[in-house]
Amino acid sequence: MQVNLRIRRFNPEKDSKAYWGEFNLNDVDPTDTVLDVLNRVKWEIDGTLSLRRSCAHGVCGSDALRINGSNALACKTLVKRLGSGDSVKIQVEPILGLPVIKDLIVDMEPFMAHYREVLPYFINDSEPPENGRERLQSQEDRMRFDDTTKCILCACCTSSCPSFWANGQYVGPAAIVQAHRFIFDSRDEGAEERLAVVGDAFGVWRCRTNFNCTSACPRDIEVTEAIAQVKKVLTTGEI
Amino acid sequence: MANVKVHEFDAVIVGAGGAGLMAALYAGETANVAVLSKLYPTRSHTGAAQGGVGAALANMEEDSWEWHAYDTVKGSDYLADQDAVDVLCKEAIPTIIELEHMGLPFDRFPNGKISQRRFGGHTNKDTGKPVMRACHAADRTGHMILQTLYQQCIKKKVNFFDEYHVVDLIRVDDTVRGVVAIEIATGEFHIFRSKAVMFATGGWGRCWQVTSNAHSLTGDGAAICLRRGIPLEDMEFFQFHPTGIFKLGILITEGVRGEGGVLINGKGERFMETYAPNIKDLASRDVVSRAIYLEVKAGRGVNGKNYVHLDITPETVNYYYEKDGEDRRIDREYIEAKLPDIADFTRTYLGVDPVTEPMPVQPTAHYAMGGIPTDADGRVLLDAQNKVLPGMYAAGEAACVSVHGANRLGTNSLTDLVVFGRLAGQDMAKYCQDAELLPLPEGAADEVMAAFDRLLNSSGGVKMVDVRSKMQKSMTEGVSVFRTDETISTTLAELKALREEYQQVEIQDKGKIFNSDLLEAWELGCLLELAEVTAVSAAARPESRGAHARDDFPERNDDEWLKHTLCHKTGEGEYELDYKPVTLGRYEPKPRVY
Repeated sequence: MQVNLRIRRFNPEKDSKAYWGEFNLNDVDPTDTVLDVLNRVKWEIDGTLSLRRSCAHGVCGSDALRINGSNALACKTLVKRLGSGDSVKIQVEPILGLPVIKDLIVDMEPFMAHYREVLPYFINDSEPPENGRERLQSQEDRMRFDDTTKCILCACCTSSCPSFWANGQYVGPAAIVQAHRFIFDSRDEGAEERLAVVGDAFGVWRCRTNFNCTSACPRDIEVTEAIAQVKKVLTTGEI
Repeated sequence: MANVKVHEFDAVIVGAGGAGLMAALYAGETANVAVLSKLYPTRSHTGAAQGGVGAALANMEEDSWEWHAYDTVKGSDYLADQDAVDVLCKEAIPTIIELEHMGLPFDRFPNGKISQRRFGGHTNKDTGKPVMRACHAADRTGHMILQTLYQQCIKKKVNFFDEYHVVDLIRVDDTVRGVVAIEIATGEFHIFRSKAVMFATGGWGRCWQVTSNAHSLTGDGAAICLRRGIPLEDMEFFQFHPTGIFKLGILITEGVRGEGGVLINGKGERFMETYAPNIKDLASRDVVSRAIYLEVKAGRGVNGKNYVHLDITPETVNYYYEKDGEDRRIDREYIEAKLPDIADFTRTYLGVDPVTEPMPVQPTAHYAMGGIPTDADGRVLLDAQNKVLPGMYAAGEAACVSVHGANRLGTNSLTDLVVFGRLAGQDMAKYCQDAELLPLPEGAADEVMAAFDRLLNSSGGVKMVDVRSKMQKSMTEGVSVFRTDETISTTLAELKALREEYQQVEIQDKGKIFNSDLLEAWELGCLLELAEVTAVSAAARPESRGAHARDDFPERNDDEWLKHTLCHKTGEGEYELDYKPVTLGRYEPKPRVY
């Protein structure tokens, strides 16, 4: 099939502002991904096109982009899902709410700074079992935070959130997902410190439950649900 | 060096996957460490590892590190160094426990202990039957390891230089002085001056057409070592994982077969019963990949094409469980819980639901058994006499300890990362306490900066993608699951021509900021060199062992070839081979039957 590709372009060394670049590609396989299509542009037509990518199958989180108006990983979005027939229009932009560095590449540092704010690491200062083995955890306790362990820090959720667009100081859904992963881990002892962070003025209460994050998550994490569970802990004091 | 910023650290770790992060945690206890990665650390390919990490925890059934060692040595086709294998398998147990103490969310057995599953080549030595040794978190074990280690690095405030692409090693005689890196966001060159350097830069599966490897797996660290006078060991042994998604190469974990999945040919036969009567679909990867290749060659691919089916549908799995007299049964929920990611992959990319349909699979270039020669403390070795290059370390897939020999067992890559990442980090910390920070040589970055200048300004008009595609095709045709003198020679001649063509590659992006056009071209130079070393090493070994299967020499030849290859670069396109003995131990080489 034919693909008409509109790509948001910006080269800070040349351009004073961003513009749309257009490329037409023939013989695109409907099962090709948007990353395949972007690579074809880069390798065959315009080597200056810049984007991040690595694993190309949806597990590394490098290529979060705004594709036809919705956030997704380019490598997990098949062309055929964006349209059918002989010709498909695809529009690709950098994710919103983070400063654009070049073309489809944004500065991830504000996102990572929010991630670090929630103390995204296991906290347990008590002695591990005397027999030198693993801490035990029931299958039920393990399942309580299973969903939020899947996060790959791609930023699809946070950069699709209107509250984050409105105020970049909001820690954002991804950081709350990370907080959830530890708050609900029966082995972790850092819930209090984390709840203080996500409970403040730029924490969970900025979430207006519009579910953009849940729709955008390429790992199918129930992001809005996780945020709701954290809100509930803050309200009831019970984990 | 007017425009080069110089940083100083005790130790510089290049690569932020499992090995690099593990080393950073340990070296960082006493040394001032920097971790440089061309990606954000959590993008590293450790995160793509699926099925499990091997350790004889014996959480469900009897097991021992000695059995793990035996399986590893047998899996290696007796080319692994048995002293290093002992370290791997013994240390695996406390290291996995330590990861759990760092918070790693392993799946659990009903008794609350870390859950373990079967995997290819892992057996009970008494019965020869598969044993549950692969500790896992669903089919995203690597993701959990990578995330947990990164989290701990954040906790310990490790100095990260994200998106710094290391392009040279500063070596003066038998000392290392640091590395040269490009800050990708600005295009500026930086020198990281240090007492110790570790390369944990991963593999080079992108030498082949169909691979499970990320775009970023271009063997930078191994290629830099080669250019700086360090030999590469056992490069002819590159693993083809039997079950990559047809055409795409995306990995389908061996855990599928560990959970009861079977391989079925175009005639509906479970063909592994013929090739490995005892453990069937759970034979070593080299054995299974060859079996698939031979089935396809004999016209028994599915629909006459070059793939077979991997079937995890409860109907099929339970049929064979019953036939084999096993009590276990699986259902849809079990598959969704234990293999969620691979179900997602096949649904997304193929529209195939593995709960109801078989998955089309073919062998995919997966893992480098060979690499930068090291000892069990990660110290890089310069020659057949095991002379150490002080201060230089390597770990993970980039390194060759050698614990994988001619064929790696599934789960042992993650075990390798965490065990040897830790040991190398500890040794590096010790080294830094006694070593001095040596002066930088005059113009330490000049040579590599000039090379980048040439690459940026070449006007030959050749497209990088054309050279890369030709290399990948040539390697796939000539140095793949099977190879012969003829196919390897053809590939070598093609690679020689491609080396010339590479000089004419023209870069379109002339800017400095995020010039991935330029960096990809430089990476291609690494791949071309590693492809050539692989082919040169393969041409020189007239026997079949593990992943190196020669149609023209089908037998293993222990009398003459039970030894490691060392390939030195002596000039552009010129290589010299040397060999060193395998360290044997309690397991004598014998015919390998599964």
